[in-house]
Amino acid sequence: MSERVLMTSEDMRRAVVRIAHEILEAHKGSKDLVLLGMHTRGVPLAHRLADAMEQIEGEAVPVGALDIGLYRDDLSTRGTSVQLTPGELPQDVSGKRLVLVDDVLFTGRSVRAALDAIIDIGRPQRIQLAVLIDRGHREVPIRPDYVGKNVPTARGDDVRVRLDETDGRDGVAIVRQEE
Amino acid sequence: MASSRTSEPAGTAPRQVTEVPLTPDEGRVWRRRHVLDLDDFSADEIELVLETTTAMKEVLARDVPRAPALRGTTIVTLFYEASTRTRASFELAGKVLGADVINLTSSGSSVEKGESLIDTVRTLQAIGAQVLVMRHSMSGAPYLAAEHCDARVINAGDGWHAHPTQGLLDLYTLRSRVGDLRGRRIVIVGDVAHSRVARSDIWGLSRLGAEVVVCGPPTLLPAELGKSQEGSALPNVTVETDLDKAVCGADAVMTLRLQQERMAGGLLPSLREYSRLYQVNEARMAKANPGAPVLHPGPMNEGVEISAALAHGAASMIEEQVQNGVAVRMALLYLMRGSK
Repeated sequence: MSERVLMTSEDMRRAVVRIAHEILEAHKGSKDLVLLGMHTRGVPLAHRLADAMEQIEGEAVPVGALDIGLYRDDLSTRGTSVQLTPGELPQDVSGKRLVLVDDVLFTGRSVRAALDAIIDIGRPQRIQLAVLIDRGHREVPIRPDYVGKNVPTARGDDVRVRLDETDGRDGVAIVRQEE
Repeated sequence: MASSRTSEPAGTAPRQVTEVPLTPDEGRVWRRRHVLDLDDFSADEIELVLETTTAMKEVLARDVPRAPALRGTTIVTLFYEASTRTRASFELAGKVLGADVINLTSSGSSVEKGESLIDTVRTLQAIGAQVLVMRHSMSGAPYLAAEHCDARVINAGDGWHAHPTQGLLDLYTLRSRVGDLRGRRIVIVGDVAHSRVARSDIWGLSRLGAEVVVCGPPTLLPAELGKSQEGSALPNVTVETDLDKAVCGADAVMTLRLQQERMAGGLLPSLREYSRLYQVNEARMAKANPGAPVLHPGPMNEGVEISAALAHGAASMIEEQVQNGVAVRMALLYLMRGSK
Protein backbone atom coordinates (compact mmCIF):
# COMPACT_ATOMS: atom_id res chain seq x y z
CA MET A 1 0.00 0.00 0.00
CA SER A 2 1.27 3.43 -0.82
CA GLU A 3 -0.07 6.74 0.34
CA ARG A 4 0.20 9.69 -2.07
CA VAL A 5 -0.34 13.30 -1.08
CA LEU A 6 -3.22 15.00 -2.91
CA MET A 7 -3.36 18.27 -1.00
CA THR A 8 -1.00 19.87 1.44
CA SER A 9 -2.20 22.02 4.29
CA GLU A 10 -1.55 25.12 2.14
CA ASP A 11 -3.61 23.65 -0.73
CA MET A 12 -6.42 22.99 1.71
CA ARG A 13 -6.35 26.52 3.06
CA ARG A 14 -6.51 27.98 -0.46
CA ALA A 15 -9.37 25.66 -1.44
CA VAL A 16 -11.36 26.67 1.65
CA VAL A 17 -10.84 30.39 0.95
CA ARG A 18 -11.82 29.93 -2.70
CA ILE A 19 -15.00 28.02 -1.78
CA ALA A 20 -15.84 30.74 0.76
CA HIS A 21 -15.58 33.32 -2.03
CA GLU A 22 -17.68 31.19 -4.36
CA ILE A 23 -20.45 30.73 -1.81
CA LEU A 24 -20.54 34.46 -1.04
CA GLU A 25 -20.56 35.32 -4.72
CA ALA A 26 -23.37 32.89 -5.54
CA HIS A 27 -25.49 34.15 -2.63
CA LYS A 28 -24.52 37.82 -3.01
CA GLY A 29 -23.31 38.00 0.59
CA SER A 30 -23.88 35.97 3.71
CA LYS A 31 -27.47 36.94 4.51
CA ASP A 32 -29.60 33.95 5.63
CA LEU A 33 -26.70 31.57 5.05
CA VAL A 34 -26.17 28.65 7.42
CA LEU A 35 -23.28 26.20 7.11
CA LEU A 36 -24.08 22.67 8.22
CA GLY A 37 -21.09 20.36 8.72
CA MET A 38 -21.52 16.62 8.49
CA HIS A 39 -19.92 14.56 11.22
CA THR A 40 -17.04 13.99 11.64
CA ARG A 41 -14.76 16.06 9.41
CA GLY A 42 -17.41 18.19 7.79
CA VAL A 43 -17.88 20.06 11.06
CA PRO A 44 -14.38 21.58 11.40
CA LEU A 45 -14.41 22.25 7.65
CA ALA A 46 -17.67 24.18 8.02
CA HIS A 47 -16.09 26.23 10.81
CA ARG A 48 -13.08 26.99 8.60
CA LEU A 49 -15.38 28.10 5.79
CA ALA A 50 -17.33 30.29 8.21
CA ASP A 51 -14.11 31.88 9.49
CA ALA A 52 -12.97 32.59 5.93
CA MET A 53 -16.36 34.07 5.05
CA GLU A 54 -16.29 36.28 8.11
CA GLN A 55 -12.86 37.59 7.11
CA ILE A 56 -14.14 38.40 3.63
CA GLU A 57 -17.54 39.89 4.50
CA GLY A 58 -17.03 40.93 8.11
CA GLU A 59 -20.18 39.14 9.18
CA ALA A 60 -20.37 35.90 11.19
CA VAL A 61 -22.04 32.95 9.48
CA PRO A 62 -23.82 30.47 11.76
CA VAL A 63 -22.46 26.92 11.74
CA GLY A 64 -24.28 23.73 12.70
CA ALA A 65 -23.38 20.07 12.93
CA LEU A 66 -25.37 17.16 11.56
CA ASP A 67 -25.15 13.48 12.44
CA ILE A 68 -26.81 11.25 9.86
CA GLY A 69 -26.65 8.05 11.92
CA LEU A 70 -30.43 7.76 12.17
CA TYR A 71 -30.84 8.15 8.41
CA ARG A 72 -28.23 5.78 7.01
CA ASP A 73 -29.53 3.19 4.56
CA ASP A 74 -26.92 0.61 5.61
CA LEU A 75 -27.82 0.28 9.31
CA SER A 76 -28.82 -3.35 9.02
CA THR A 77 -25.80 -4.39 6.95
CA ARG A 78 -23.08 -2.54 8.85
CA GLY A 79 -23.05 -4.92 11.79
CA THR A 80 -22.47 -2.19 14.34
CA SER A 81 -24.34 0.93 15.15
CA VAL A 82 -22.73 4.21 14.37
CA GLN A 83 -22.18 6.37 17.38
CA LEU A 84 -24.51 9.34 17.27
CA THR A 85 -23.20 12.75 18.08
CA PRO A 86 -25.85 15.15 19.23
CA GLY A 87 -26.37 17.63 16.39
CA GLU A 88 -26.05 21.31 16.99
CA LEU A 89 -28.22 23.59 14.98
CA PRO A 90 -27.49 27.28 15.37
CA GLN A 91 -31.17 28.16 14.87
CA ASP A 92 -34.27 27.18 13.02
CA VAL A 93 -33.18 26.31 9.48
CA SER A 94 -36.58 27.00 7.94
CA GLY A 95 -36.33 29.66 5.25
CA LYS A 96 -32.51 29.68 5.43
CA ARG A 97 -30.04 29.05 2.66
CA LEU A 98 -28.21 26.01 3.88
CA VAL A 99 -24.81 24.83 2.68
CA LEU A 100 -24.04 21.24 3.63
CA VAL A 101 -20.29 20.71 4.16
CA ASP A 102 -18.43 17.40 4.02
CA ASP A 103 -14.85 16.29 3.45
CA VAL A 104 -15.21 13.64 0.72
CA LEU A 105 -18.05 13.10 -1.74
CA PHE A 106 -18.05 9.47 -2.87
CA THR A 107 -21.24 7.43 -3.45
CA GLY A 108 -23.48 10.31 -2.41
CA ARG A 109 -25.40 8.14 0.03
CA SER A 110 -24.35 10.13 3.08
CA VAL A 111 -25.58 13.30 1.41
CA ARG A 112 -28.85 11.59 0.55
CA ALA A 113 -29.22 10.66 4.23
CA ALA A 114 -28.31 14.21 5.24
CA LEU A 115 -31.04 15.60 2.99
CA ASP A 116 -33.59 13.35 4.70
CA ALA A 117 -32.32 14.48 8.10
CA ILE A 118 -32.51 18.18 7.17
CA ILE A 119 -36.02 17.85 5.81
CA ASP A 120 -37.10 16.25 9.11
CA ILE A 121 -35.63 19.19 11.02
CA GLY A 122 -37.07 22.06 9.01
CA ARG A 123 -37.68 23.48 5.57
CA PRO A 124 -34.71 25.47 4.30
CA GLN A 125 -35.30 27.76 1.35
CA ARG A 126 -32.39 26.15 -0.47
CA ILE A 127 -29.78 23.43 0.19
CA GLN A 128 -26.35 23.38 -1.45
CA LEU A 129 -23.39 21.07 -1.08
CA ALA A 130 -19.73 21.96 -0.56
CA VAL A 131 -17.04 19.26 -0.40
CA LEU A 132 -13.29 19.36 -0.10
CA ILE A 133 -12.76 16.31 -2.35
CA ASP A 134 -15.00 14.88 -5.04
CA ARG A 135 -13.71 11.42 -5.81
CA GLY A 136 -16.49 10.27 -8.16
CA HIS A 137 -18.33 6.90 -8.19
CA ARG A 138 -21.76 8.32 -7.38
CA GLU A 139 -24.54 5.81 -6.69
CA VAL A 140 -27.35 8.37 -6.39
CA PRO A 141 -28.11 11.47 -8.48
CA ILE A 142 -26.34 14.03 -6.29
CA ARG A 143 -23.76 16.61 -7.36
CA PRO A 144 -21.77 19.14 -5.37
CA ASP A 145 -22.13 22.91 -5.84
CA TYR A 146 -18.64 23.73 -4.55
CA VAL A 147 -15.61 21.46 -4.83
CA GLY A 148 -12.12 21.88 -3.38
CA LYS A 149 -10.54 19.35 -5.71
CA ASN A 150 -11.79 16.75 -8.16
CA VAL A 151 -9.82 13.54 -7.82
CA PRO A 152 -10.13 10.62 -10.23
CA THR A 153 -10.00 7.46 -8.13
CA ALA A 154 -10.47 3.74 -8.41
CA ARG A 155 -13.31 2.29 -6.34
CA GLY A 156 -10.97 0.50 -3.96
CA ASP A 157 -8.87 3.58 -3.26
CA ASP A 158 -8.97 5.14 0.14
CA VAL A 159 -9.05 8.94 0.24
CA ARG A 160 -7.87 10.20 3.60
CA VAL A 161 -8.67 13.72 4.66
CA ARG A 162 -6.85 14.74 7.81
CA LEU A 163 -7.72 17.86 9.73
CA ASP A 164 -5.81 19.49 12.51
CA GLU A 165 -8.96 19.48 14.65
CA THR A 166 -9.63 15.75 14.37
CA ASP A 167 -6.33 14.15 13.33
CA GLY A 168 -3.61 16.49 14.59
CA ARG A 169 -2.55 17.79 11.20
CA ASP A 170 -3.86 18.89 7.80
CA GLY A 171 -3.51 17.00 4.56
CA VAL A 172 -5.32 14.92 1.95
CA ALA A 173 -3.81 11.68 0.71
CA ILE A 174 -4.88 8.73 -1.39
CA VAL A 175 -4.08 5.13 -0.56
CA ARG A 176 -4.10 2.78 -3.54
CA GLN A 177 -4.17 -0.98 -3.12
CA GLU A 178 -1.17 -2.54 -4.88
CA GLU A 179 -2.07 -4.52 -7.98
CA MET B 1 0.43 22.34 -6.10
CA ALA B 2 2.67 20.43 -8.49
CA SER B 3 4.83 18.94 -5.80
CA SER B 4 1.81 17.62 -3.93
CA ARG B 5 0.82 15.61 -6.97
CA THR B 6 4.16 13.84 -7.26
CA SER B 7 3.63 10.14 -7.04
CA GLU B 8 6.35 8.47 -5.04
CA PRO B 9 6.94 4.76 -4.74
CA ALA B 10 6.14 3.46 -1.29
CA GLY B 11 9.73 2.60 -0.47
CA THR B 12 11.07 6.14 -0.81
CA ALA B 13 8.50 7.72 1.44
CA PRO B 14 8.40 5.68 4.61
CA ARG B 15 7.08 8.62 6.64
CA GLN B 16 3.90 8.56 4.62
CA VAL B 17 3.38 4.83 4.86
CA THR B 18 3.62 4.63 8.63
CA GLU B 19 0.86 7.15 9.11
CA VAL B 20 -1.10 7.35 12.32
CA PRO B 21 -4.39 5.64 11.48
CA LEU B 22 -7.37 7.94 11.05
CA THR B 23 -9.73 8.29 13.96
CA PRO B 24 -12.51 5.93 12.92
CA ASP B 25 -15.61 7.81 11.79
CA GLU B 26 -17.80 5.37 13.66
CA GLY B 27 -16.59 6.44 17.08
CA ARG B 28 -17.36 3.94 19.81
CA VAL B 29 -19.04 0.74 18.81
CA TRP B 30 -21.82 -1.18 20.53
CA ARG B 31 -21.36 -4.95 20.71
CA ARG B 32 -24.04 -6.03 23.15
CA ARG B 33 -26.81 -8.33 21.91
CA HIS B 34 -29.11 -8.23 24.89
CA VAL B 35 -29.68 -5.74 27.70
CA LEU B 36 -30.49 -7.88 30.72
CA ASP B 37 -28.79 -6.12 33.63
CA LEU B 38 -26.39 -3.27 34.28
CA ASP B 39 -24.02 -5.44 36.35
CA ASP B 40 -21.82 -6.21 33.34
CA PHE B 41 -21.94 -2.76 31.72
CA SER B 42 -18.65 -0.90 31.50
CA ALA B 43 -18.50 2.83 32.21
CA ASP B 44 -17.77 3.31 28.49
CA GLU B 45 -20.91 1.46 27.45
CA ILE B 46 -23.01 3.52 29.86
CA GLU B 47 -21.47 6.70 28.44
CA LEU B 48 -22.32 5.58 24.90
CA VAL B 49 -25.96 5.02 25.88
CA LEU B 50 -26.18 8.37 27.66
CA GLU B 51 -24.63 10.25 24.71
CA THR B 52 -26.95 8.52 22.27
CA THR B 53 -29.83 9.49 24.57
CA THR B 54 -28.93 13.16 24.13
CA ALA B 55 -29.12 12.72 20.35
CA MET B 56 -32.52 11.05 20.77
CA LYS B 57 -33.82 13.92 22.91
CA GLU B 58 -33.17 16.15 19.93
CA VAL B 59 -35.33 13.95 17.75
CA LEU B 60 -38.08 14.11 20.39
CA ALA B 61 -37.86 17.92 20.51
CA ARG B 62 -38.65 18.28 16.79
CA ASP B 63 -41.97 19.51 15.48
CA VAL B 64 -42.49 16.05 13.99
CA PRO B 65 -40.57 13.65 16.24
CA ARG B 66 -39.79 10.91 13.75
CA ALA B 67 -36.58 9.37 12.41
CA PRO B 68 -36.39 6.28 10.22
CA ALA B 69 -33.54 4.40 11.93
CA LEU B 70 -35.60 1.32 12.83
CA ARG B 71 -37.83 1.19 9.77
CA GLY B 72 -38.72 -2.43 9.10
CA THR B 73 -37.85 -3.60 12.60
CA THR B 74 -40.47 -5.45 14.61
CA ILE B 75 -40.44 -4.96 18.36
CA VAL B 76 -42.64 -7.00 20.67
CA THR B 77 -43.29 -5.88 24.22
CA LEU B 78 -44.17 -8.90 26.32
CA PHE B 79 -45.39 -7.91 29.77
CA TYR B 80 -46.27 -10.56 32.34
CA GLU B 81 -46.64 -7.81 34.94
CA ALA B 82 -48.49 -4.50 35.02
CA SER B 83 -46.73 -1.40 33.71
CA THR B 84 -47.67 2.07 32.55
CA ARG B 85 -44.56 4.11 31.87
CA THR B 86 -42.12 1.39 30.87
CA ARG B 87 -44.41 -0.21 28.33
CA ALA B 88 -45.73 3.08 26.97
CA SER B 89 -42.25 4.55 26.63
CA PHE B 90 -40.87 1.47 24.87
CA GLU B 91 -43.79 1.55 22.46
CA LEU B 92 -43.32 5.24 21.78
CA ALA B 93 -39.54 4.87 21.48
CA GLY B 94 -39.96 2.20 18.83
CA LYS B 95 -42.58 4.18 16.93
CA VAL B 96 -40.55 7.41 16.92
CA LEU B 97 -37.74 5.49 15.23
CA GLY B 98 -40.09 3.96 12.67
CA ALA B 99 -40.33 0.40 14.06
CA ASP B 100 -43.48 -1.69 14.20
CA VAL B 101 -44.43 -2.36 17.81
CA ILE B 102 -46.68 -5.18 18.97
CA ASN B 103 -47.82 -5.13 22.59
CA LEU B 104 -48.62 -8.36 24.40
CA THR B 105 -49.67 -8.82 27.99
CA SER B 106 -50.11 -12.13 29.77
CA SER B 107 -53.85 -11.55 30.08
CA GLY B 108 -55.57 -11.97 26.75
CA SER B 109 -52.70 -13.93 25.18
CA SER B 110 -51.97 -17.64 24.97
CA VAL B 111 -50.13 -17.31 28.26
CA GLU B 112 -53.58 -17.52 29.87
CA LYS B 113 -54.02 -20.90 28.19
CA GLY B 114 -50.88 -22.11 29.88
CA GLU B 115 -48.31 -21.57 27.12
CA SER B 116 -44.79 -21.74 28.51
CA LEU B 117 -42.43 -18.79 28.40
CA ILE B 118 -40.09 -20.54 25.97
CA ASP B 119 -42.93 -21.45 23.61
CA THR B 120 -44.28 -17.90 23.69
CA VAL B 121 -40.87 -16.45 22.94
CA ARG B 122 -40.29 -18.88 20.06
CA THR B 123 -43.71 -18.07 18.63
CA LEU B 124 -42.92 -14.37 18.70
CA GLN B 125 -39.62 -15.01 16.99
CA ALA B 126 -41.42 -17.06 14.33
CA ILE B 127 -43.73 -14.17 13.49
CA GLY B 128 -40.69 -11.95 13.00
CA ALA B 129 -39.95 -10.21 16.29
CA GLN B 130 -36.39 -8.89 16.20
CA VAL B 131 -36.44 -7.18 19.56
CA LEU B 132 -38.25 -8.57 22.57
CA VAL B 133 -38.93 -6.23 25.47
CA MET B 134 -39.89 -8.33 28.42
CA ARG B 135 -41.17 -7.88 31.95
CA HIS B 136 -41.71 -10.82 34.25
CA SER B 137 -42.31 -11.34 37.95
CA MET B 138 -39.65 -14.07 38.07
CA SER B 139 -36.06 -12.94 38.39
CA GLY B 140 -34.04 -14.25 35.47
CA ALA B 141 -36.95 -14.85 33.08
CA PRO B 142 -35.44 -12.58 30.36
CA TYR B 143 -32.22 -14.62 30.52
CA LEU B 144 -34.20 -17.75 29.77
CA ALA B 145 -35.90 -15.97 26.86
CA ALA B 146 -32.57 -14.77 25.50
CA GLU B 147 -31.20 -18.30 25.57
CA HIS B 148 -34.10 -19.74 23.60
CA CYS B 149 -34.55 -17.31 20.74
CA ASP B 150 -32.58 -15.30 18.22
CA ALA B 151 -34.31 -12.01 18.99
CA ARG B 152 -32.50 -9.39 21.00
CA VAL B 153 -33.94 -9.22 24.49
CA ILE B 154 -34.34 -6.14 26.66
CA ASN B 155 -35.19 -6.72 30.29
CA ALA B 156 -37.96 -4.32 31.26
CA GLY B 157 -37.93 -5.56 34.85
CA ASP B 158 -37.63 -9.09 36.22
CA GLY B 159 -38.73 -9.87 39.76
CA TRP B 160 -36.46 -8.26 42.33
CA HIS B 161 -33.47 -8.63 40.07
CA ALA B 162 -32.94 -5.85 37.55
CA HIS B 163 -34.54 -3.02 35.61
CA PRO B 164 -31.64 -1.83 33.47
CA THR B 165 -33.50 0.73 31.35
CA GLN B 166 -34.81 2.43 34.50
CA GLY B 167 -31.25 2.44 35.85
CA LEU B 168 -29.97 4.10 32.68
CA LEU B 169 -32.71 6.72 32.60
CA ASP B 170 -32.05 7.50 36.27
CA LEU B 171 -28.35 7.98 35.47
CA TYR B 172 -29.21 10.24 32.55
CA THR B 173 -31.64 12.28 34.65
CA LEU B 174 -29.20 12.61 37.55
CA ARG B 175 -26.40 13.69 35.26
CA SER B 176 -28.54 16.36 33.64
CA ARG B 177 -28.91 18.05 37.05
CA VAL B 178 -25.86 17.00 39.08
CA GLY B 179 -23.25 16.72 36.31
CA ASP B 180 -20.35 14.31 36.65
CA LEU B 181 -21.31 11.66 39.22
CA ARG B 182 -17.80 10.77 40.36
CA GLY B 183 -17.54 11.15 44.12
CA ARG B 184 -21.12 12.40 44.43
CA ARG B 185 -23.15 11.19 47.38
CA ILE B 186 -26.32 9.58 46.03
CA VAL B 187 -28.81 8.25 48.59
CA ILE B 188 -31.26 5.48 47.71
CA VAL B 189 -34.13 5.32 50.21
CA GLY B 190 -36.77 2.69 50.81
CA ASP B 191 -37.51 -0.92 50.13
CA VAL B 192 -34.15 -1.79 48.60
CA ALA B 193 -34.47 -5.53 49.24
CA HIS B 194 -37.46 -5.96 46.92
CA SER B 195 -36.46 -3.32 44.39
CA ARG B 196 -35.08 -4.19 40.96
CA VAL B 197 -34.82 -0.45 40.31
CA ALA B 198 -32.50 -0.03 43.29
CA ARG B 199 -30.28 -2.90 42.15
CA SER B 200 -29.87 -1.48 38.66
CA ASP B 201 -29.34 2.03 40.03
CA ILE B 202 -26.65 0.77 42.38
CA TRP B 203 -24.75 -1.00 39.58
CA GLY B 204 -24.95 1.99 37.28
CA LEU B 205 -24.10 4.60 39.90
CA SER B 206 -21.12 2.72 41.28
CA ARG B 207 -19.83 2.08 37.73
CA LEU B 208 -19.87 5.83 37.12
CA GLY B 209 -17.97 6.41 40.35
CA ALA B 210 -20.73 7.76 42.58
CA GLU B 211 -20.68 7.19 46.33
CA VAL B 212 -23.87 5.22 46.92
CA VAL B 213 -25.63 5.31 50.29
CA VAL B 214 -28.49 2.90 50.81
CA CYS B 215 -31.08 3.72 53.47
CA GLY B 216 -34.14 1.95 54.78
CA PRO B 217 -35.47 -0.12 57.67
CA PRO B 218 -33.16 -3.10 58.28
CA THR B 219 -35.94 -5.52 57.28
CA LEU B 220 -36.04 -3.94 53.82
CA LEU B 221 -32.31 -3.89 53.15
CA PRO B 222 -30.73 -6.86 51.43
CA ALA B 223 -28.37 -8.69 53.78
CA GLU B 224 -25.51 -8.82 51.27
CA LEU B 225 -25.26 -5.04 50.88
CA GLY B 226 -22.52 -3.14 52.63
CA LYS B 227 -20.36 -6.24 52.91
CA SER B 228 -18.39 -5.59 49.77
CA GLN B 229 -14.76 -6.52 50.14
CA GLU B 230 -11.70 -6.02 48.00
CA GLY B 231 -12.20 -7.96 44.79
CA SER B 232 -15.79 -8.95 45.55
CA ALA B 233 -18.42 -8.89 42.83
CA LEU B 234 -20.71 -6.62 44.85
CA PRO B 235 -20.64 -2.88 44.23
CA ASN B 236 -19.32 -0.78 47.06
CA VAL B 237 -22.16 0.91 48.94
CA THR B 238 -22.65 2.35 52.39
CA VAL B 239 -25.62 1.26 54.48
CA GLU B 240 -27.28 3.78 56.80
CA THR B 241 -30.54 3.03 58.57
CA ASP B 242 -31.08 6.60 59.82
CA LEU B 243 -32.47 8.71 56.97
CA ASP B 244 -31.64 12.01 58.68
CA LYS B 245 -27.99 11.01 58.73
CA ALA B 246 -28.07 9.56 55.22
CA VAL B 247 -29.37 12.73 53.54
CA CYS B 248 -26.72 14.95 55.18
CA GLY B 249 -24.59 16.31 52.37
CA ALA B 250 -26.40 14.24 49.72
CA ASP B 251 -26.07 15.36 46.10
CA ALA B 252 -29.29 13.56 45.15
CA VAL B 253 -31.93 11.38 46.79
CA MET B 254 -33.61 8.52 44.96
CA THR B 255 -36.79 7.29 46.60
CA LEU B 256 -38.26 3.87 45.95
CA ARG B 257 -41.86 2.78 45.85
CA LEU B 258 -43.03 1.08 49.03
CA GLN B 259 -44.99 -1.96 47.97
CA GLN B 260 -48.01 -2.15 50.24
CA GLU B 261 -47.88 -5.95 50.30
CA ARG B 262 -44.69 -5.72 52.41
CA MET B 263 -46.93 -4.84 55.34
CA ALA B 264 -48.68 -8.19 55.15
CA GLY B 265 -45.33 -9.96 55.23
CA GLY B 266 -44.61 -8.57 58.68
CA LEU B 267 -41.59 -6.61 57.48
CA LEU B 268 -43.05 -3.29 58.58
CA PRO B 269 -45.03 -2.53 61.72
CA SER B 270 -47.16 0.23 60.16
CA LEU B 271 -47.29 2.63 57.23
CA ARG B 272 -47.35 5.52 59.67
CA GLU B 273 -44.14 4.45 61.31
CA TYR B 274 -42.50 3.94 57.96
CA SER B 275 -43.47 7.38 56.70
CA ARG B 276 -42.36 9.00 59.97
CA LEU B 277 -38.90 7.46 59.76
CA TYR B 278 -38.30 7.11 56.02
CA GLN B 279 -40.44 9.61 54.17
CA VAL B 280 -38.36 11.91 51.99
CA ASN B 281 -39.80 15.38 52.57
CA GLU B 282 -38.77 19.02 52.41
CA ALA B 283 -37.50 19.12 56.01
CA ARG B 284 -35.14 16.23 55.34
CA MET B 285 -34.05 17.55 51.94
CA ALA B 286 -32.98 20.75 53.71
CA LYS B 287 -30.05 18.73 55.09
CA ALA B 288 -28.93 17.67 51.63
CA ASN B 289 -26.68 19.81 49.46
CA PRO B 290 -28.47 22.88 48.05
CA GLY B 291 -30.25 22.05 44.80
CA ALA B 292 -30.03 18.29 45.33
CA PRO B 293 -32.76 16.66 43.21
CA VAL B 294 -35.25 13.97 44.23
CA LEU B 295 -36.05 11.05 41.96
CA HIS B 296 -38.76 8.41 42.09
CA PRO B 297 -39.28 5.61 39.58
CA GLY B 298 -43.07 5.71 39.99
CA PRO B 299 -45.79 4.91 40.67
CA MET B 300 -45.64 6.99 43.85
CA ASN B 301 -47.42 6.57 47.16
CA GLU B 302 -47.57 10.25 47.98
CA GLY B 303 -47.50 10.81 51.73
CA VAL B 304 -45.78 7.47 52.33
CA GLU B 305 -42.28 7.31 50.84
CA ILE B 306 -42.34 10.88 49.52
CA SER B 307 -44.28 13.96 50.60
CA ALA B 308 -46.67 15.46 48.05
CA ALA B 309 -45.06 18.89 48.37
CA LEU B 310 -41.63 17.49 47.51
CA ALA B 311 -42.90 15.26 44.71
CA HIS B 312 -44.37 18.27 42.90
CA GLY B 313 -41.78 20.84 43.96
CA ALA B 314 -38.71 22.28 42.30
CA ALA B 315 -36.35 19.56 43.51
CA SER B 316 -38.46 16.82 41.93
CA MET B 317 -37.16 15.31 38.67
CA ILE B 318 -39.92 12.73 38.47
CA GLU B 319 -41.41 14.15 35.29
CA GLU B 320 -37.98 14.43 33.65
CA GLN B 321 -37.43 10.77 34.48
CA VAL B 322 -40.51 9.81 32.51
CA GLN B 323 -39.52 12.04 29.57
CA ASN B 324 -35.95 10.76 29.55
CA GLY B 325 -37.31 7.21 29.66
CA VAL B 326 -38.46 7.48 26.06
CA ALA B 327 -35.10 8.84 24.86
CA VAL B 328 -33.05 6.23 26.75
CA ARG B 329 -35.13 3.43 25.28
CA MET B 330 -34.77 4.92 21.80
CA ALA B 331 -31.01 4.98 22.33
CA LEU B 332 -30.91 1.32 23.34
CA LEU B 333 -33.16 0.20 20.50
CA TYR B 334 -30.99 2.13 18.04
CA LEU B 335 -27.73 0.76 19.39
CA MET B 336 -28.99 -2.82 19.57
CA ARG B 337 -30.47 -2.79 16.09
CA GLY B 338 -27.03 -2.57 14.58
CA SER B 339 -25.23 -5.06 16.82
CA LYS B 340 -24.78 -8.52 15.43
